Amino acid sequence: MKFGVVIFPGSNCDYDTYFVLKDVFDQETTFLWHKEHSLHDVDCVVLPGGFSYGDYLRSGAIAKFSPLMQEVKEFADKGGLVLGICNGFQVLLELELLPGAMTRNKNLKFLCQHVHLRTENTHTPFTNRARKGDVIKIPIAHFDGNYFVEPETLHTIKQNDQIIFRYSEPNGHLSERANVNGSMHNIAGLINTGGNVLGMMPHPERASEAILGSKDGRIIFESIIHWLR
Amino acid sequence: MIDKKLLKEHNLTEEEYHLIVELIGKEPNLTELGIFSLMWSEHCSYKSSKIHLKKLPVEGKDVIQGPGENAGIIDIGEGLAVVFKIESHNHPSFIEPYQGAATGVGGILRDIFTMGARPIAIMDSLRFGPLDKPKNRAIMDGVVAGIAGYGNSIGVPTVGGEVYFNDCYSLNPLVNVFCLGIAEKDKIFYAKAEGAGNPVLYVGSKTGRDGIHGATMASAEFGEDLEEKRPNVQVGDPFKEKLLLEACLEVMDQNLIVGIQDMGAAGLTCSTSEMASNSGSGIEINLDLVPQREEGMTPYEIMLSESQERMLIVAKKEKVADVQKVFAKWDLDAVIIGRVTDNGRLIVNAGGKTVVDIPVDPVVNLCPAYRRPSAVPAYLEPQSQLDPAPSIPEDFNKAMEKLLSSPTISDKEWVFRQYDHMVQTNTALLPGADASLLRIKNTNRALAVALDGNSLYAYLDPKAGGKIAVAEACRNLSCVGASPIGVTNCLNFGNPEKPEIMWQFQNVIEGITEACQAFNIPVTGGNVSFYNDTEGVSIHPTPVLGVVGRLDDVDKTTSPSFKQEGDILCLLGQNKNELGASEYLKYVHKQKRGLVPQIDLSTEKKVQELCIAAISQGLLSSAHDVSEGGLAVCLAECSFLSEQKIGFTVDLQDNIRVDALLFGESQSRICVSVRAENFEPLRKLAEEHALSLAVLGKTGGDRLVIHHKGKELLNIPVLHGYNIWKQNIPDAFRMN
Repeated sequence: MKFGVVIFPGSNCDYDTYFVLKDVFDQETTFLWHKEHSLHDVDCVVLPGGFSYGDYLRSGAIAKFSPLMQEVKEFADKGGLVLGICNGFQVLLELELLPGAMTRNKNLKFLCQHVHLRTENTHTPFTNRARKGDVIKIPIAHFDGNYFVEPETLHTIKQNDQIIFRYSEPNGHLSERANVNGSMHNIAGLINTGGNVLGMMPHPERASEAILGSKDGRIIFESIIHWLR
Repeated sequence: MIDKKLLKEHNLTEEEYHLIVELIGKEPNLTELGIFSLMWSEHCSYKSSKIHLKKLPVEGKDVIQGPGENAGIIDIGEGLAVVFKIESHNHPSFIEPYQGAATGVGGILRDIFTMGARPIAIMDSLRFGPLDKPKNRAIMDGVVAGIAGYGNSIGVPTVGGEVYFNDCYSLNPLVNVFCLGIAEKDKIFYAKAEGAGNPVLYVGSKTGRDGIHGATMASAEFGEDLEEKRPNVQVGDPFKEKLLLEACLEVMDQNLIVGIQDMGAAGLTCSTSEMASNSGSGIEINLDLVPQREEGMTPYEIMLSESQERMLIVAKKEKVADVQKVFAKWDLDAVIIGRVTDNGRLIVNAGGKTVVDIPVDPVVNLCPAYRRPSAVPAYLEPQSQLDPAPSIPEDFNKAMEKLLSSPTISDKEWVFRQYDHMVQTNTALLPGADASLLRIKNTNRALAVALDGNSLYAYLDPKAGGKIAVAEACRNLSCVGASPIGVTNCLNFGNPEKPEIMWQFQNVIEGITEACQAFNIPVTGGNVSFYNDTEGVSIHPTPVLGVVGRLDDVDKTTSPSFKQEGDILCLLGQNKNELGASEYLKYVHKQKRGLVPQIDLSTEKKVQELCIAAISQGLLSSAHDVSEGGLAVCLAECSFLSEQKIGFTVDLQDNIRVDALLFGESQSRICVSVRAENFEPLRKLAEEHALSLAVLGKTGGDRLVIHHKGKELLNIPVLHGYNIWKQNIPDAFRMN
């Protein structure tokens, strides 16, 4: 089993993600350079957080034109596992591997804090070790995490059970207060219809070691490893 | 052609001009004059401060690099070194808060990675005027967003810092940015231009007209023309800097270069002349080769531009192609613009002509140092008296509520959550703790950092203010279990040509020196920011000390928050009858006066050593230093920071004024909570350290309760106090 962490110019959670996969979970992990045309036979591609291309036009908008993204798209179309975290999620939206778009957080400020997520669907490669309704504590760090999608699509993704994580209170209650960035339907994580591409704004790699204040993010990596094994 | 008016525009005196003519053996042309005006500015030359800065202790067995380079370096073992520095960006942040603060972050980051270190943490010390003025809110909003915008994008966490408010910063905010990086000890790089014939490469952003005369701007007072200064502020591009960071670390890792220097204040002028001067060599460049963003730039403009995200590299001759390959990988230009010579001169060509030809040494090293006159400020004697003493409040609950709504004391989450403080996944303590704590991956170690500087203390007693700033920063480190290993300082003052400002400066330095000697920690560098005056009003003297500490076992630490009900509350150190210079006097009684708390450095050291020993033995549930707001605020903060908002009940026994007991800021005190079974071991440990241990009470309940000899002084619900403390700053910004 092999993981690949993509580096775009401006990626800044690439090493963090690599460290967790390689050193915390002891998995074979390699970096994938955005100018390349090969995924080097990885089993799971991770698009890490950061500010790819400075996020200058629109978060994730330029990264989608990287040569490597063509490969990632084909890989995803064939059912390969793709996890997009934060900026990686934004890139997946731009690539249209996932529906919807991100707008500025509702308070118009960058937000870096721990949030609680309620796990909505555990029948996925990314959450199969969790129980439905589990609440996990994971940090967010973004300016554009206010998820938006047109009502018809929202209806479809709800029907398809594509919503994986929702911002909640620590007890799992869904509230406006817990929905810190103002996302539609409290959506924090979303999967594609094929069930192999997950995008999430919170950073599981920042919640995989006790010293960082939470180990709740491990469930996502454990699920992927379990799935691929 | 060079007349008095031109000299004035360049902030040079006639005496300085005559000296320049003598040193270079000719009348300088305009570009050469511009070069001298930058390099001889206060900002670059330290001409008013260097005589005094020499007093600071700089030696230490682990010091790899002391003052004089881009940053200080200290050996931390296991083949690693910590590289750190603090720098001000006050003037630009007033003129254009967002870009001023953002480029402050960009500049200090370059200082760190120029030396071969990967930056792992940023911290900021910020000073603003009161938030009831819209202008102050606009400045703070912009500064915080600017720090966030740059640091978050480049992916270096802003892990903490401090924010103080005082009237004196209304027209003169302070933005001091600290950065810390880690380097492999055998891969440290310096600003060297060695090896005649080696190529000089320009890398990074193109040069524009931004920031021309930035360094001279930072060396003069602001008058009514400050709006005209706006074009002097540079604009930052954190994405470009991220690429530059990765590319520079890569060429260093592959050992392809001889030396490197960032182009910060004074741009191409400073980097060329300093690199040559450091190596006793010369540099010759051709400006036609410099990548330019605007058309028709004159040599004067190119040499003086402070465009951001640029570096100058001296490469090994045979490795130039490899260097260029790395930069191409990161989509950056790396252009050969000249070469190293051995003639000791800075030679600049443009359009087929030589436009600058001057010896390097006078530019970099021969600016006169001034011993400016100093005099005791007139305000000092009347204001340091506390006579008549203010009346003791009848309702301490009200006084406490008022104090919790002082923005200096209230919660700063509004600030910290705009910063990505977790990227790089080393942040072991979240902002709001006494010190920031960063684990070092693949080791068991951690580094702690605290920034500190109470300017009211320094205003009322500069020497004590300097001492306390060092002592408190070290105390903050001890509260997380770390011991200090090195210091960087940012000294913010008014116009040094005023004798009373010079007197403040000299005394602050003396205080810092005394404390650093007592703690046996070297000062490895820093920054002096003079001319913090607007329309004739000077800021309070504001020394900001950044102290780096080391923790050999990252698991042996604690935080300020109460952990469980029923813990015993103890005080390390002693309550004293001191009220002067307190936040309580300032905010509740509207009096900025009184005697600054006394500090005995040997007691201070003992208290800190006890705290560190107790933490390393795992005896403490929490530790928090007593500072602004005194004991009452210290205890309340431990409640507010606890996840379950655990209250406390204490009964104090000291025979002193009760408001001094609650809110006084006596030094050398740390409030700790311990599990019942750990109390006896702690008591014994205190005895071994020859310190008394006062039992104050217990944690528990949902109220903040303080008695004095059995009589209730203070009793408020934790959540009530918490809401005042928590909502104060967000509410201030809702007024817009």
